[in-house]
Amino acid sequence: MSLTKTERTIIVSMWAKISTQADTIGTETLERLFLSYPQTKTYFPHFDLHPGSAQLRAHGSKVVAAVGDAAKSIDNIGAALSKLSELHAYILRVDPVNFKLLSHCLLVTLAARFPADFTAEAHAAWDKFLSVVSSVLTEKYR
Amino acid sequence: MSNFTAEDKAAITSLWAKVNVEDAGGETLGRLLVVYPWTQRFFDSFGSLSSPSAIMGNPKVKAHGAKVLTSLGEAIKNLDDLKGTFGQLSELHCDKLHVDPENFRLLGNVLVTVLAIHHGKEFTPEVQASWQKMVAGVASALGSRYH
Repeated sequence: MSLTKTERTIIVSMWAKISTQADTIGTETLERLFLSYPQTKTYFPHFDLHPGSAQLRAHGSKVVAAVGDAAKSIDNIGAALSKLSELHAYILRVDPVNFKLLSHCLLVTLAARFPADFTAEAHAAWDKFLSVVSSVLTEKYR
Repeated sequence: MSNFTAEDKAAITSLWAKVNVEDAGGETLGRLLVVYPWTQRFFDSFGSLSSPSAIMGNPKVKAHGAKVLTSLGEAIKNLDDLKGTFGQLSELHCDKLHVDPENFRLLGNVLVTVLAIHHGKEFTPEVQASWQKMVAGVASALGSRYH
């Protein structure tokens, strides 16, 4: 599965808008994840997960920054996220099912904040893009 | 499986009261067919599904979407007995329509996204969590009589 030219254009142009709110988007995405899918909290026993916690904010920023890196190198996401891919495969070992859950929560956050931009076509492009990102992050699992 | 708290029920029913079932139905089904094109396999008789605009403007898609969401509206009145409410529809989807229950999960998540688009800030993480419970309950109920 690879992104068409049109899909790449949609992602890159929306990212320019999104990047100004990157930090709060990250925090909101994680809040949505932990509330809708409480089992995902099992990966963060060492975190204070209360809304507004500094750790949540920091981690949310990290996650969205990585999505941004993928968007900025959309022609070679594998190379851009290679280190992160190894981290997830050898250290974090987050079960692959969770990437879908996080992707969904990020989509919902974007839909809520950018309703006019989130057309059916944009929705499809983002779903596919996050699916590609997820594949890259799990490709070294076994 | 899904036990809805008083807060869940309040979040679900109050948001639902603001939903235009026809518009939301068409948009939800349309987006399912655009974002997950393989779901078009069930709709050969619907005419043109050749582009996002063709799909979103297709009158059969809109009509069927409205039908689906109307049914969901019935479920919202019976949150404590989703299995009972959807028993017959479950049999229909298995025996006559041959729909893989995974499609119910996909549709549920598309609905959640559509609600986020139309309700923005009001669709808080807490409200979303209640709705995720709701769509998961519906998906489970619709799959409950598969054999």
